[in-house]
Amino acid sequence: MTDATELHDATELHGATEVHDVRLTVNGAARTAAVPARRLLSDCIRHDLGLTGTHVGCEHGVCGACTILLDGVPVRSCLMLAVSADGQQITTVEGLADPDGTLSPVQQAFTECHGLQCGFCTPGFLTTITAGLRTTPDPDEAQAREIVGGNLCRCTGYQNIVASVLRAAEILNDRKAGRA
Amino acid sequence: MKPPPLGYSRPESVSDALAILAAKGHGTKVLAGGQSLVPLLSMRLATPAHLVDINRLHELGYVRVENGQVHVGALARHAQVLADKAVAQAQPLLAKALGFVAHAAIRNRGTTVGSLVHADPAAEMPAVLALLGGAVRLASSDGQREVPADEFFVGPLESAVLPSELATEALFPVLPSTAGTGFAEVSRRRGDYAVCGVAAMVVLGDNGRVSSARASFLSVGPSPQVVELTDAVVGQPPQAVDLTAAAKLAGQLLDPEADIHATADYRRHLAGVLTKRALREALGEANDRFNAVGQVVNEAS
Repeated sequence: MTDATELHDATELHGATEVHDVRLTVNGAARTAAVPARRLLSDCIRHDLGLTGTHVGCEHGVCGACTILLDGVPVRSCLMLAVSADGQQITTVEGLADPDGTLSPVQQAFTECHGLQCGFCTPGFLTTITAGLRTTPDPDEAQAREIVGGNLCRCTGYQNIVASVLRAAEILNDRKAGRA
Repeated sequence: MKPPPLGYSRPESVSDALAILAAKGHGTKVLAGGQSLVPLLSMRLATPAHLVDINRLHELGYVRVENGQVHVGALARHAQVLADKAVAQAQPLLAKALGFVAHAAIRNRGTTVGSLVHADPAAEMPAVLALLGGAVRLASSDGQREVPADEFFVGPLESAVLPSELATEALFPVLPSTAGTGFAEVSRRRGDYAVCGVAAMVVLGDNGRVSSARASFLSVGPSPQVVELTDAVVGQPPQAVDLTAAAKLAGQLLDPEADIHATADYRRHLAGVLTKRALREALGEANDRFNAVGQVVNEAS
């Protein structure tokens, strides 16, 4: 067995205690954090950056609660090291609403359709659906289910979440038409 | 559920990456998409002393069709391969199988080459590479080698990559003009690892009848299991192939094991059913492609 001192020496030897500077653009703002290599991006977002809207459920990529947008596409923040995201753009659930507080179409739809109960999984659904509607702006029910297929919810039974996806697409299209 | 303390390098070029791998050697892991590696780190099932992050090696972010092969660079994400129209034409099986790889959020980050190197016997892409007789190109500071699929998958979660090597690209042969492919799997939930899955390919001869058929199974052995099904179906017209005989032959050639998800018998049953489904899809595609080739020949003459 290795004793604690030896273990400490070994990690020193491999640079395991080294701290890395990470520069991120988070919800449009430049942010920096100093993190060890082992820091998960999800923990960096919550603890180093103080954005606790990103929820951590299973921490091995199954539940989808920690999903964020990395350069615009959804990824699991618990399946990335923070140091690996250096230089990239991140959108968390805090970045979905307009600066004046107007809910995004997906957030508005969740409110209208009762798309959440306890709310734990909701940040992951909101980010996932936001990106999903960019590639599939007019989903049918099967496509709506496909968009949220990688996210788990233990309360709703998914009916209202699927309804929220369809409603979000309507709101999105209405808002676009309104602006045009 | 947090990774252990780790050393970390993020080289900007392949040559730098190879130099680091040569210097660090054993105890070093390459981090690409990390969709399998990071959970292994968090669960402390893998405890490398050092990670070499290849996410800055943009030179390996390619997908291209060249010289009869689909070349997938080590930094090409599953989503990128799945969306590539040239790839879909050259080797339709890739998109068919990639649709079963986890979920969009995982495919956005996970790499196809990483999935091959990870060599999970329940994963789709190793079975595809094995079926097609593809290869993986490995580089080290000493040079390069190309390892064919049947030597690449050594065992569960074990591939032929040495600690000093970097898998730089995967090579998937282009589908012959009179061949077709199919993919089918059963998983407990959409996007989960398969309880049993199969990729199949059939080739039609000049007479439009089946000249060869084979299938590659996931989740029924320690590595992808490729079985020859030609004996059961050779010479038959694609519309009237004896699928039951092919499924029976597959069942005889496989030796599935039981685990918490399924008994060995249930897996064998699934293998038979899925063989029929995948073959049916492959035969349909082969027949369509055969007829399309015939039309081209007729128009030319």
